[in-house]
Amino acid sequence: MAIESPSPFGQAILRREDRKFITGSGNFVDDIRLPEMAYVAILRSPHGHAAIRSINVAEALALPSVLTVVTGADVKAAGIGAIPCGWTLPDMKVPVHSALATDKVRFQGDAVAAVVADSRAACEDALELIEVDYEVLPAVVDPETAVAGEAPLVHDEIADNISFRWTVSGGDVDAAFRDADRVIEQRLLNQRLIPNAIEPRAAIAQYDEATGDLTLWTSSQIPHLVRLLLALTINHPENHLRVISPDVGGAFGSKLYFYPEEAIVSFLAKRLPGTPVKWVPTRSEDYLTTTHGRDHVDRAAFAVMNDGTITGVRVTTVANLGAYLSTFAPGIPTILFGLMLSGNYKIANIHCEVIGALTNTVMVDAYRGAGRPEATYVVERMIDLVADELGMDPADVRRKNFIGPDEFPYTTPTGVTYDSGKYTDALDKALQTIGYREFRTEQEQARKSGRLLGIGMASYVEICGMAPSQVLGAVGGGAGGWESANVRVHPTGKVTVYSGACWHGQGHDTGFAQIVAGELGVPMEDIEIIHGDTEKVQFGIGTFGSRSSAVGGIAAYLSAQKVKEKARRIAAHLLEAPLEDVVYEDGKCFVQGSPGEAKTLADISLAAYLAHNYPSDLEPGLEETTFYDPSNFTWPFGTHVCSVEVDPDTGTVKILKYLAVDDCGRVINPMLKDGQVHGGIAQGIAQALYEHAVYNAEGALLTGSMVDYAIPGASELPMFQTDETVTPSPVNPLGIKGIGEAGTIGSTACVVNAVLDALKPRGIRHIDMPLSQERVWRALNGAQP
Amino acid sequence: MARAEWSSAMIPAAFDYIAASSVDEAIEMLQKHGDQAKLLAGGHSLLPLMKLRLAAPGVLVDLGKIEDLRYIRDAGDHLAIGSMTTHYMLESSALVQERVPLLSHAAGMVGDMQVRNRGTIGGSLAHADPASDLPSIVTVLRAGIVARGPRGERLIPADGFFQNTWTSTLYPEEVVTEIRVPYASGRTSSTYQKFRQRAADWAIVGVAVSLTLDNGSVRDAGVVLTNVGSTPVRATAVEEALRGGPSTREALGAAAERAADGLNPPGELKGSPEYKLHLARILTLRALETALSG
Repeated sequence: MAIESPSPFGQAILRREDRKFITGSGNFVDDIRLPEMAYVAILRSPHGHAAIRSINVAEALALPSVLTVVTGADVKAAGIGAIPCGWTLPDMKVPVHSALATDKVRFQGDAVAAVVADSRAACEDALELIEVDYEVLPAVVDPETAVAGEAPLVHDEIADNISFRWTVSGGDVDAAFRDADRVIEQRLLNQRLIPNAIEPRAAIAQYDEATGDLTLWTSSQIPHLVRLLLALTINHPENHLRVISPDVGGAFGSKLYFYPEEAIVSFLAKRLPGTPVKWVPTRSEDYLTTTHGRDHVDRAAFAVMNDGTITGVRVTTVANLGAYLSTFAPGIPTILFGLMLSGNYKIANIHCEVIGALTNTVMVDAYRGAGRPEATYVVERMIDLVADELGMDPADVRRKNFIGPDEFPYTTPTGVTYDSGKYTDALDKALQTIGYREFRTEQEQARKSGRLLGIGMASYVEICGMAPSQVLGAVGGGAGGWESANVRVHPTGKVTVYSGACWHGQGHDTGFAQIVAGELGVPMEDIEIIHGDTEKVQFGIGTFGSRSSAVGGIAAYLSAQKVKEKARRIAAHLLEAPLEDVVYEDGKCFVQGSPGEAKTLADISLAAYLAHNYPSDLEPGLEETTFYDPSNFTWPFGTHVCSVEVDPDTGTVKILKYLAVDDCGRVINPMLKDGQVHGGIAQGIAQALYEHAVYNAEGALLTGSMVDYAIPGASELPMFQTDETVTPSPVNPLGIKGIGEAGTIGSTACVVNAVLDALKPRGIRHIDMPLSQERVWRALNGAQP
Repeated sequence: MARAEWSSAMIPAAFDYIAASSVDEAIEMLQKHGDQAKLLAGGHSLLPLMKLRLAAPGVLVDLGKIEDLRYIRDAGDHLAIGSMTTHYMLESSALVQERVPLLSHAAGMVGDMQVRNRGTIGGSLAHADPASDLPSIVTVLRAGIVARGPRGERLIPADGFFQNTWTSTLYPEEVVTEIRVPYASGRTSSTYQKFRQRAADWAIVGVAVSLTLDNGSVRDAGVVLTNVGSTPVRATAVEEALRGGPSTREALGAAAERAADGLNPPGELKGSPEYKLHLARILTLRALETALSG
């Protein structure tokens, strides 16, 4: 596709949506104040696991400021269904998840009762007056312990706390291990993380008894799917349900689900017609109740030959799912992890088994990268251990096993097909730019004086653009993989795009406008993008898995193409010229060779709506809709590399240089791309060195606030250097692959590899994340971690 | 520091608010409301406790409007600091930087910019949190804390001021009005080593050191540790080992080895007792070396 120079596509354009955000004019759920609005607060279980003997709400209900108090019994009596899981694996056991607990609470934060009062503070006072008689039960929080056979049962009906056992196999893995020169094994922990969107989840529901219309404002990535699941759960007609995601302050995957609170506020609004109800949790409540991420125990074994060739991979994973199954939870540690264990490498034999463990912790689901950071961590740590064992340079082991640029499309033994890639190019660029060889020399010198310098790298490939629908369905996903866009040209030539994608701060308003403006040849300011409201926008899937641009953006592009096509036909009529002679260029149609007599998009659009002088075989109006279902996923890749110094006295890790070479296909806006990469790297470094959500044995979240849960800030992070290679995806007409998660996927393993490289002279093979000061110090001193 | 009992509330219980216009009025309010009253002197420690509903005072008596408590004065042989002086004022004051550089250095390490703009030295000391920095600093500087109550004013030496976690020797009806920091005599060099995971965190361990050197020997030494006990802890073994000895690296190293003597630090997520004992020694060594070279 030829992109003309004036097209904004590919240009570093400032985010046009930022003006409202940085001037405080955004419209987040908590900014919405409706007349007669009341407030909701939810009583949460203080225990990890307990039976509810009785609940007494009488005192709370007696407060004059309290409108109503409901418990699990009320929810049950009203026929509210269980919170559904939207991903199904073979023989999977799905525990019942009541919006409000009835007989038992199963994690600290499980919802027990909900209060509606005329102020937020009054809600808290009322919560203190509710008496719950709990019988505290033994809890289990560790996934391996949970499935070992002796643990307390989270759900009596689910034996051994195992929701599923999922396996995937390709090639002859046993033979590969039998014939290998060496087998390298390591147990790797991928610790539990808290996603930490800047805006916690929040919801408002309003019910109009006269019309039967129920409106839910919710901070969500998937308003249409929420509407669908809400309709099914509370048994309300979908055509009388409107779900609005207004401005959403980040999500990182944590707002990609249908949550109990969305059902609770909807239920309360229907109980209190005319009184809209608002629920805005505190940060601590959000920590307890919004899904966490990762939490794997991975046992990996690599079969290798002495020349560095990897012939087999075997991984057994126990994945913590939490107390109930969140909407997409089963898909994350299986499809998005197990199918990604080939990494960037040609490995003929792969076997993976994943056990889904139920525990007394909050639900675990997708968190930025979702399965792929976990897989990349396993593969890239193991590659470094292979290099170590064979005495090879880790870069050489990677080069030796990379899938070659001419081997695409490449189908892995477990059955996914990578679209395109030049893995060696990205690696070489990364190492050359950071000065890998020079650093090795410097490192050798530094080691002589006892300094611990290290350099690490991680190459990654990720499965993006979730998509195609049939494949998603075949692997258990309960949603389509397509995305929708309607491009509507108004009579004056101004354009509105209705996108089924639903963003939450990434800059799509700018990026999508660049795509459509580039295609239609009109100024970006003439293009408005609407999203996130089920009453304005045709059904859409939503934003996750780095899919917005590669699927939603393509849908907008295709709709714009259809608009252009129709515009040409109208123009041909107006210009009294044969259609084949009429071209569309820079927002105008004209007969080839006669640009002087052009019809602008506004001329054409006005003609389309007046339809006075119009082709008889054409419908009036100028708008087109596309439901785009791609033929394959897209497969971004890259190599991250960083250098570190470890303080041998305290265990403190300092990142000296950080460089990311990412290939996300064609880039819509380099500035937006860099922004995504920067944030992703910060979160990946956070996992490598800082963050860890910790529950104690009773199921109390010890890292329940930002004091204890260590999110690094600018002071802790190095400067990020970004670079790129560009390998267009053949899957879609714009060659876009996606960049939302790459930073998180590449960085974690890269940093851990660098630290372990630094510690090599001290004989340390591996340390589990986070590589905090004390953990590194303990490893250096031979103490137990 | 997972000290809080479990709570996810961040909405305080109802309370009355009184902005005192003078210290006398504040004392009067404390007398009138008794147990129900709490002084507000910045709020960065008290308000989080109230939001978690771990503290629920019926009356908050705000000292923030008493401009008379916000000053830094050269008082001849000591620096007089009004109790409502913010961390940022201490950090940026030329007078503090010149006369008591350790105090401005340490104040600049407290929390983040927002905390330093609101938090006050008097509030921090009265709160008596052993993880806070300024209690160790005033202890190593042998400062005096002036408190005024219904029976008048008294000067409490910092060394005896801190009793336990969140407990000082202040009477319930007393208000801290001033901190007096004596000027060092002779060639004194001081520093604060604050070891933390993130810039705005509390110290996992902190070490405040003040060395007075005299012709190749240590005339006097002060070493006080942060967050290794229920109060700031004076490392007397280190001080004794240093005092009167040579100011050589070897001597400092040998003395620093004694920094963990007798300590029984509480563990927390970011530092086990074992790690804190190690940090006490290594940070003391680093602080002494920095002081020596400074």
